[in-house]
Amino acid sequence: MLDFDQIILHTVATDTPKSSVELHRLRLDDARALLERDATSILPSPGGDATVYLQLVIDGLCELSLKDPLTGLSNRRHFRAMQERTIDGVARSGEPALLLMLDIDHFKKVNDTHGHIAGDRVLQAVAKCLAKCVRPMDTLARYGGEEFAVILPNCHTGYGSAVAERFRQSVEALDIEFAPGVTLRVTVSVGGAYAPEWIRSTTSLWTERADVQLYRAKSEGRNRVFLDQQQEIYVSAEEKSLLFSHLALGDPAWIESVPIENSSAAKVGAMQRVN
Amino acid sequence: MSDVINPDAASPTALSVPLRPLGKVVAVTSGKGGVGKTFVSANLAASLAKLGHKVLVLDADLGLANLDVVLNLYPKITLHDVFTGKAKLEEAIVRAPGGFSVLLAGSGMVEYSRLSAEVRDNFLRIMSGLVPHYDIVLLDTGAGISDVVLFAVSLASEVIVVATPEPTSLTDAYATIKVLVGQQKRQNIRMVINQAARLGDGRAITVQLQQVLDRFVTTEPGRPIKLVHMGDIPADPAVRQAIMRRQLLIQATPSCPAALAIGQLALKIEEAVIIQGR
Repeated sequence: MLDFDQIILHTVATDTPKSSVELHRLRLDDARALLERDATSILPSPGGDATVYLQLVIDGLCELSLKDPLTGLSNRRHFRAMQERTIDGVARSGEPALLLMLDIDHFKKVNDTHGHIAGDRVLQAVAKCLAKCVRPMDTLARYGGEEFAVILPNCHTGYGSAVAERFRQSVEALDIEFAPGVTLRVTVSVGGAYAPEWIRSTTSLWTERADVQLYRAKSEGRNRVFLDQQQEIYVSAEEKSLLFSHLALGDPAWIESVPIENSSAAKVGAMQRVN
Repeated sequence: MSDVINPDAASPTALSVPLRPLGKVVAVTSGKGGVGKTFVSANLAASLAKLGHKVLVLDADLGLANLDVVLNLYPKITLHDVFTGKAKLEEAIVRAPGGFSVLLAGSGMVEYSRLSAEVRDNFLRIMSGLVPHYDIVLLDTGAGISDVVLFAVSLASEVIVVATPEPTSLTDAYATIKVLVGQQKRQNIRMVINQAARLGDGRAITVQLQQVLDRFVTTEPGRPIKLVHMGDIPADPAVRQAIMRRQLLIQATPSCPAALAIGQLALKIEEAVIIQGR
């Protein structure tokens, strides 16, 4: 990004606008219209620095491409990217990450009885309610139809059920006003799974495990939570400190065990794949 | 007797879980890469062969292990050709310089690193066919705790975790042990501490790991985890020389401290796996 700016500045300064972007030659109307139509986007004004303006338009479009238009939550594209990033983190750090899949119970009945506008209201209200239950680091998405998904990085396995239960209870307690003075209530079924710690899983395998639990919640009566039972293989700071207590003693023998010669790198290369 | 059970046969992920470990099969694994798994596997195999045993080493990292590099072997036919039906199993088994047999996966196997049910079945079938022909089979697994590694380990009746005294290696070894205990319900895990600075360092590290496990990992009553210290391999400049020359340490410098330690290790493995297994 910096390089790009510098090129533009440079060309402006030397008065040779060959490689610089000429705003009037760009067709930005469609992009502007997209941003205009979205209530949450800030429409940049074309006056001033062309680079700044273009950057704002691009940022706005990026923002739009990651959002679900109805609920304002992340869309599936963004969710997938965040899921991949989380898997990476979990494989490297071994920190637990929880995936929850939530599905509104009997949503079709809402649509059929009250119409699609009421259905949309319900989706928006549930989305807003779920959004209140997440931390800033979590990713909440509309996964499709009446299904939502949440990634909760760094969520200790001991808290998984309580966290999932909080989502379920919040929705259950929610009065949704879909027409003036007319309210209804919905419930959600929740299935969850932790990413396998220390293991590089795939988004589909992880989602599948949470989905199985969601299906279980549905088939066992809805409005309930099921989590995939997984062994805890997280190495806590406390465990680490105990593992390394021999290093803290300052016993020179431990320190000597670390090869001093620089050549150890070559040895590693010859023997093992460096991950 | 097997100490491995299938913990969740009913779950949809059961496919990745052990079927039945095979006797006389020893998995050599580690949490972290670069701690000397392949070095230990190859030299241990040569030592066991020297003791008069029929030994097979298998690249259980499906083409990512560096067994070929360490042994300086580049066979035309590999496990990949067996999988694809291009060659017979016997044709893929090659003789290594140390007097033991090697089955290399071949680089084509990398595409199998997503462990499908078919790959698992194939692998298990091949393994079951091989084991009766050898006194001991060593599985050189990959680093980390991927499903390929876990599957390979699940086939083994014994596991050796190789670690060095470094904090990163210890953490990863500890995490691996937790997975093996949790997922495969293993009770006995054998420890080899490589690059130990001083005699006795390895045992102290194993004791330390054991203490942390006892404190933090709960197991079913009556099924405690037991780390069995199998030996230290001292930090020895001869190891690096042998590796750079792509020779087996026990052939290049048979009387250096590290080679002697591997000889000791071989005797212990012989006692625990071959003699006990008879």
